[in-house]
Amino acid sequence: MATVRLSFSPAPVHVRTARLVGVAVARRAGVDEALLDEVRLAIGEACTRAVALHRQYGLTDLVTVEMSDSGSYTVRVIDHAPIEASIGLTKLPPDELAAESLTEDDLTTGVGFALLAGFVDDLQVRPVEDGPGTEVRMVWPVTRR
Amino acid sequence: MELSLATRTVAEHTVLEVGGEVDVYTAPRLRERLIELVDAGARDVVVDLERVEFLDSTGLGVLVGALKRLRTAHGTFGLVCAKEPLLKIFRITALDQVFPIFSTVEAATERDGSGPAS
Repeated sequence: MATVRLSFSPAPVHVRTARLVGVAVARRAGVDEALLDEVRLAIGEACTRAVALHRQYGLTDLVTVEMSDSGSYTVRVIDHAPIEASIGLTKLPPDELAAESLTEDDLTTGVGFALLAGFVDDLQVRPVEDGPGTEVRMVWPVTRR
Repeated sequence: MELSLATRTVAEHTVLEVGGEVDVYTAPRLRERLIELVDAGARDVVVDLERVEFLDSTGLGVLVGALKRLRTAHGTFGLVCAKEPLLKIFRITALDQVFPIFSTVEAATERDGSGPAS
């Protein structure tokens, strides 16, 4: 089992770094090349969500991305925002997407979750074990060892 | 790759060519450019995504914002996108039902081609 752990301050500029590392580790772990675009997008969405929550709550705590390749490729993105902040994860129906009343931030949150749910077959969102925060756990199959 | 933005006029449409990665870090620049275009009087706007290598929910939010802005201004808004990975993003989010999406700039800029921004 190999694990790579990346922690970054909650700034948008670092999300790209997390995507690049996440895809590099996925490739090395043996995730099918055809899935790498989806891995890149999903890690980016999970990190974008974590950064947005930390900024919303004025938190300077680091966001953590943990990647492991024991049997499958598992990525955990961990934030430290109050757990109730995660309840806003909803998939929006098409007729509401361009509604005047919907703010761009709310739309981005809803669309981000739709992308996570759409691209990751094995997705879990759960509280972290100690302290406030949420863990977004994503698993992809490994085809080449 | 960094975000690149270039504007040109095709058949009375303002075409914004976007290249590189549109994400939570770069999307504010795309938002600013689209607002500048509308503020400067552009009413028939086409965003060409052919050179986009990565697009996330923040970028999608910016595009929906532009669609709404042009709808308010009685303008039109269309996207050019023929890449399957990007099209899949629009399908999964149901935004393919919100945006007029064309496979070429020529199709998007035909008279009335992009339709009302609705």
